[in-house]
Amino acid sequence: MDKEALIAELKEIIKPYVQDQEAFGNLTEDTHFITDLKINSANLVDIVLDTEDKYNIEIDNDSMDKMSDVKSAMGVIEEKIAAKG
Amino acid sequence: MVANIYDSMTSREIVDLLPYQAPFLFVDEVTAVDENSISGTYRYPKNSSFYQGHFKGNPITPGVILTETMAQIGLVALGIYIMGQGSEKLSDFQIALSSTEIDFYKPVYPDEIVRVKSQKEYFRFHKLKCAVEMYNAKNELVCRGKIAGMLKSKTD
Repeated sequence: MDKEALIAELKEIIKPYVQDQEAFGNLTEDTHFITDLKINSANLVDIVLDTEDKYNIEIDNDSMDKMSDVKSAMGVIEEKIAAKG
Repeated sequence: MVANIYDSMTSREIVDLLPYQAPFLFVDEVTAVDENSISGTYRYPKNSSFYQGHFKGNPITPGVILTETMAQIGLVALGIYIMGQGSEKLSDFQIALSSTEIDFYKPVYPDEIVRVKSQKEYFRFHKLKCAVEMYNAKNELVCRGKIAGMLKSKTD
């Protein structure tokens, strides 16, 4: 999947949980979920669970800990999709 | 099934592990619990301080207190039981409420006994989310909704 398409899909997943709409409008790969988008840790769990459903992947605790910004989330998604084969 | 509570943790043990005390403990007894669900009861003493102000001359249990009761039984007590099945040191845990979405159907008056039933939706990455219902002594639905919180041991 190309990067732009993945970012667009990720934006759809995180949209319901975003508190800072301006930061969301200016979202880049470097956008941090908690410090930039003001998402709380409980909703970050929802984003991870929604990501699992969307891509039919399983995200473990270590991967969850890595998913702090857009770029790292994309990395985890790509890694898990690749691992599925 | 009520018997399964005695497999590992008794009602008294769970209530004693709750991080609350009077006047903000809203659990009398856990009546059933397993990995996925819990039931418990509480009676609102008529001398509870909030009745003096809610409402003037017309004491009715505040919705926030009903919500708190649902959270203490349905989320925290269940979370303690679930974590108690693992290796976590239970005297050393942290909790934080993260969301509530509750609809209310019936008023609860002083001295009423309520029963809370909670069903786990998921417990992952320290977040426990439950579908919780409260019933009065006539078995009428008092309130119902979703409650979620973060529960973890301090050493995590």
